[in-house]
Order: sequence, then C-alpha cells, then structure tokens
Amino acid sequence: MNAAAAMPPKSFEVKPKLDGSGTPIGELLEISMGPHHPSTHGVFRMDVVLDGETVVKLKPVFGYLHRNHEKIGENISYLASMPYTDRLDYFCSMTNNWAYALTVEKLAGLAVPERAEYIRVIMAELTRLQNHTCLIGFFVQDMGALGTPMMYAFREREKILDLFEEVSGARMMCNYMRFGGVRVDVGDDWIARTKKIVADYGKFLDEFGTFLTENEIVLARTQFIGVMPKELAVNASITGPMLRAAGVNYDLRKVDKYGIYSRFDFKVPVGEHGDIYDRYMVRVLEMRESIKILEQALRDIPAGPVMDPKSKLRGFRPKPGEVYGRVEGPKGELGFYLISDGSPNPYRYRVRPPSFINLTILEDMCLGHRISDAVVILGSVDIVLGEVDR
Amino acid sequence: MAERVFDLALTPESIAMIDEGLKSELQKQGVYVTSLQELYNWGRANSVWPLTFGLACCAIEMMAASMARFDLARFGAEVFRPSPRQADLMIVAGTVTKKMAPLVVRLYNQMPEPKYVIAMGACAISGGPFKQGYNVLKGVDRFLPVDVAIPGCPPRPEALIHAIMTLQEKIRNQDLTGPNRPRHLNAAVNGEYPVPAYGKHDLEPPKNPEVWQPPAIQR
Amino acid sequence: METLEQIKLRIEAALPSAKIEILANECAAGERSLLVDAASGFAVAKFLRDDAQLKLDYCSNVTGVDWLDKELTEKIKVKQTVDGVEKEVEEVKKTIRPGCLEVVYHLYSMALKHGPVVLRLRTANRTDQTHLPSLTPLWRGAEFQEREIYDLYGVIFDGHPDLRRILMWDEFVGFPMRRDYIAPDDFEYEPTPHDEVLAEAKKHYPAGPKAEVKA
Repeated sequence: MNAAAAMPPKSFEVKPKLDGSGTPIGELLEISMGPHHPSTHGVFRMDVVLDGETVVKLKPVFGYLHRNHEKIGENISYLASMPYTDRLDYFCSMTNNWAYALTVEKLAGLAVPERAEYIRVIMAELTRLQNHTCLIGFFVQDMGALGTPMMYAFREREKILDLFEEVSGARMMCNYMRFGGVRVDVGDDWIARTKKIVADYGKFLDEFGTFLTENEIVLARTQFIGVMPKELAVNASITGPMLRAAGVNYDLRKVDKYGIYSRFDFKVPVGEHGDIYDRYMVRVLEMRESIKILEQALRDIPAGPVMDPKSKLRGFRPKPGEVYGRVEGPKGELGFYLISDGSPNPYRYRVRPPSFINLTILEDMCLGHRISDAVVILGSVDIVLGEVDR
Repeated sequence: MAERVFDLALTPESIAMIDEGLKSELQKQGVYVTSLQELYNWGRANSVWPLTFGLACCAIEMMAASMARFDLARFGAEVFRPSPRQADLMIVAGTVTKKMAPLVVRLYNQMPEPKYVIAMGACAISGGPFKQGYNVLKGVDRFLPVDVAIPGCPPRPEALIHAIMTLQEKIRNQDLTGPNRPRHLNAAVNGEYPVPAYGKHDLEPPKNPEVWQPPAIQR
Repeated sequence: METLEQIKLRIEAALPSAKIEILANECAAGERSLLVDAASGFAVAKFLRDDAQLKLDYCSNVTGVDWLDKELTEKIKVKQTVDGVEKEVEEVKKTIRPGCLEVVYHLYSMALKHGPVVLRLRTANRTDQTHLPSLTPLWRGAEFQEREIYDLYGVIFDGHPDLRRILMWDEFVGFPMRRDYIAPDDFEYEPTPHDEVLAEAKKHYPAGPKAEVKA
C-alpha cells in the first residue's frame, strides 16, 4: 500500500457531548434507516441513534428477505437445491454453485475432470470481476456519484453476463455446476471471446482507476473511516476482502487450495489500515489478480470430458455423514454444511453466509462517525441481502 | 355553447368523427387535433416515474434495465425516485416476505394517485421458487392491486421494458370519465389499503379479501 | 495439525471434569467431531482458542441441528401366564429416545492456517432444558449466528450479550426451523400441487357434487 501517514490524531473523531454523569447532553435522535432506503443494498434496516450527526448506537435489523432457504433444502433433493444456491448471493451465482457442488463432492467422494476444474476457475474469476466492478459502482454511488460510475460498471458486467448466458442459458441464475463437473462444455469460440474480454478488462480498470482511485472526494470520504483492527476482524469471523484489508493474509484459494488453484500464479493483496479505502484498493487489486488467473486458465485449459462418469444425477443417495465445504467467494468465505442420513434429501442443509457474518462489527466500525459515513461503511462491507437473510 | 365544444373534444369517439383527410391537412399546417383524454393520458404514460423498490435478485435486472444497454430512459421511466411521495409506479421486484409485507403496503399507501404496481418476477406474482415457506408471502397481489405481472426468474430487462410498454398502453386506454375512470378522478374509491399486522405465525389478516380471492380451479 | 485423539487427551489433561467424545463420520471426506457436554463447553472452547499449538482463533460456522425424539421398538421375551400355563411370550417394548437440539461449531486457525476442529454441544431435551453456554465471549463472530439459532431453533444461549430474534419478526411465536414446525395454512391457491403440498391444498378444494355433507 502507499506509505500513508500514521492515523491522524484522535481530535478529529467526533464524540457526543456528555455532562458530568456521562449522559449525553440534549436529545438523541433515533432513526430507522431502511428497509427501503436509496442506499442500503437490499432490504436492510439499521436502527441508528444519533447525537446531532454522530452515530452513538447502531443496531442492524434484517430478516426482510428471509426466504427459508435452509428449510426448503431439507425438503428437496440435493440436486434440486442447486438452483436455490444461485439465489443466495445473486451477483455471484457461479461461485455459490461451486461451493455447493464442492461440498457434495466431498460428501460423496466424487472426482472432477480436469477440464471441468479449469472451467470452474474461469467462471469463478469472471464472477469475481463482475462482482467487484458492480460493488465499486454501488459504493461510489453511495458517496453521491449518482449513476455514472454504475453505468460504466454495468457496461462491463453485461459483457461477462453475455458469456454466462451463452454457456448456461441465464444471465444471472446460472445453475451451471453439477456434482462431479459442470453441466455443458464450453466451445472454442467461447474461449476466444473470453480471452478478448479479459484482455480488454485491464484497460477498463485503468479507466476506473484514473477516475476514482486518486479522486479527492473518494480519498476524503474513505481514508481512516470505518477502521477495523486486525484482532477484532479475526475474532469476529470476518472473511474476504474486508479481512485482507485489515492486514490478515487469509485467502482460501491459498489456504485450502481447493480446485486447481495451486497451479496458478497469483498474489493476494493485503491492506494495512483496515479502513474503507483499503477495502476498495484490495478489491481493485484483486481484480487485477483475477485477470492474471484468467489469462493462465484460458491458456492452459485442456480438452476432455466435463462430468465425472461415475456421478449419478438421478437417485443420488450419499452415505450418512456430514461435511463442511467452503470456497473463497467475492464477498468472503462461503461455506455449506450438509448432514446426510442416507436419504435423497439432506437432513440438515446450512449455508455459511459471508455477508451476514461480516455485519457483526458494523456497529463497531460506525461509532463515532457521522451518519453519511455509516452509509459508505455499509457499502464497503459489500452485503447482499439474499445471502444475509437466506 | 362552450360546454358543447368541451364535451365534443373529450372522448376518442368524438375525435373519430373528424375526417382523417382534414386532420392530416391541419397537421401539415402545424395544427394538431386530439382529444383531451388522449393528450392527458399521453403525458401520463410517457413519464412514469418508478419507485426504487428492489427487494431481491429481480432488483438487479431492474437496475440493468435502467443502465446503458437496455435503457429504460427512452420510455420516460428513467427517474427512479427513492421517495414514495414522488413516484407513480412501484415495481415490486423480488420476493415479498411476511416480515416485509406491511412495509410494502405502507409504501403503497404513501404514494399519491395515480399509482400503478408492476409485479416483477415469479416471487412477486405468486411466491415463486420460495413459495412453500413460513415467511414468504404468496404473491404481492394478496394485498395490493397489481396492474402488470412479469413472469420470469429473473425476467430479462427486455421483459421489464415490455411490461412498462404494456403499462403505458393501459394508461393510454384509460377512460377519464365513466365508471371505469382511474382512482385519482374518482373520489368514491379509496386508494389506500389496510396494513397487515404481525401475528403469531402469519400476518393478520393473511390476505386482503377485497383485493384477492383465490381463483377457483376446476379439478 | 494433531489428530483428534491427541487433542482430546490434552483437553482432558487440562480440564479433568470435561466429558468429551469423538463422533465418527463415515462419509468420504468428512471431519470427525468432538462432542462436549454442555457444562464444560465454554472451558473447552477457551482451551482450544488459547492453546499455543492449536490457536483456533477463527470460528467459521455455527449451525443448529434438530434431532427429533425417536421411537425405538424392541422385541423382548417376558414370562406371562396365558390360560393358566406359564409361557415365554414376545412383547414389543417401545421406548422413546429423547431428541435434542445440537449446536455445531467449526473452528479454524488463521494464525497457523490449519483446521477444522468441529465442536458439538447438545441440549438435554427439546422442550424445557434448552440452555447452552454461549461462545460469543470467545469468538465475536458467533454472535449473530447464535441469535439465529435461538430464533429458528429455540436454543437459549447463556452469556450471549444480546439474545433476541434476528430473522423473524419480534411477535413471532415458535421456532420455525424445527422439524415438527407446522407452517401456517395459506394453500388456497395451488395451481400444480404434488406430494405434501397436494395434501395441504386438498383441504381447500370445493366440495364436489359427490361429497357427503358432514353436519
């Protein structure tokens, strides 16, 4: 990271005025931000108590999109849950599919052919690219740049969605991975087109970088705001770019080495201060690393089958047992915990949602800042309500 | 005398009495003949302002429909207002859960007339893939009158554009007088619906009988 | 990372009163878990977190599981007098194994990059003794997940800083994720029902001409 100065002196932090016995002077204003609000990312509510404009207390309230995904998972078969995983984190359906397929493959002991592993990595990294692009669009919109960066972000996203649509039939809810591989193979023309899009993505990131990374408004509103110390981040089970921005080098692609990630040469960007700017920069640098992984994967993808011949799509009954599988999604560690009792339906189907757990310390990050900062801090946590409420 | 002229110009049937040749001749000279109803509805239809009401995944397709590629701005619906007091159209995009349903109805009540509802996606129409659940409302039409329903999960942005066009057709064809006139010209009809309360296991009432009755299916 | 047996020995050496059991897991790549009794759950978790060799500082996932009461039938032979003659008769004896609510913690280490160690705590039964120690004071990340388990399963966590409903509305009564929860009846309009949904929808079908009128 750039050699920034140490944190400015504490006098810039606004604290509520207290009288002799410690109670705040004047009245506190209690506001319910949401669930319908222009800048909350979905139906999410924050009950904020303000002293003037300073946040004194913040309690998140969710459940407005609780669609009982886990209960449905207990009543339908393993494969029938795959389309529901698309709708968890609805930006990153390919990653959700992969996490679930990985967990069931661990449960049943299925092997995935080479070509399918490469395709999975390509899809996951494309998903990461479009997720981070959209996030930067939303995050800058929360700061007041109404619409224009989002237009650029969505323009790039549409290119990637076209690739997804060609291969799986749907732009967003791809339902593409299966236990033991992927559903259909990709053609050579698809690979050629993806190579071209990946090659041009670097130019788009440069464009974005010129507008945003050294923009004085972005710098003023994000540096040293929403700071999350390292120990608190680890203790609060934060994962993903938020954790790495706080200074902890923990990326599941390097730790668990699931799939074939050990074959690719890429770095993991780690931040220093744990503020909003670091989270933004970690995501921008992660996009550049994703481009590197994509170039390697598209170059090295072998020919071959895309489905394990031993995997059964019908009548799938794994042996009794339980398993926990996890992947590094764009928002953090997405995990699935399955308990099987030998029947075609799981006994317990649990999703470990990264956005839900990353919200644990939202209050800690927002205390002492102004309410407009609370909005930007929420934007930098990168939540998706489909995942938070399931 | 003046009343008769006004009456004559109000309905499309009376305009049809004007000779087409005369109409085009006048148009060439820069005089455009229309009825008040057509003009009024034209203005309303081409400037529908939606409320930013994305609940779940369909919201992303709604955003994509307003972005550069699919461009909802061409249809006059570019200005997505965050406040219900300034919006005409509520696009219910996404699953309406029972926890969220009272707020949806409250927001609808806060919208000024004339107001319309588009139910976007399978979840808003009937509960969608999450239908069998303890927290999912089986369709927003249980509490609110829906004008256009878009099937899909999620529907493509083009489908949303088609829905907006259908809504524009509907607005253009609304009669401003007579028993079917819209609510904002009809003081007798109430545009506000009762807000359900949270009960022990379900909303109270679980549906609004004035708005929705289960359709009878012959089995 | 050391094996579960070694971890168990070290925990028992440090905390003699803890009752730990290693549960098997027959599936392909599953991890075995440590079942700890509720009373010493907090102390064992603290040991796992602070131990220098394990340093399990990252609680990845907290799951609630509902194990229903299970009816076990067994045939036993008893001596009975039948018609004045003493005979050995087979009798079917039914016992109910009480169910419980279980909380499963998946613990990893970010410092040493190993894991997982799976920790399980079980309540005594499903009805009145549903208290478990909260591990939120040890791992802050368990806060929301324990609240969710309270909301959806009914496990009361002692020591949790803020135990209230999180996903359902506050006036809600009951615990929806339990396997014996009956959802409210709003099946009046089901166009294509099958299986359980068909059974629920049939209650709303209009009585046909051949149906008997019940008084």
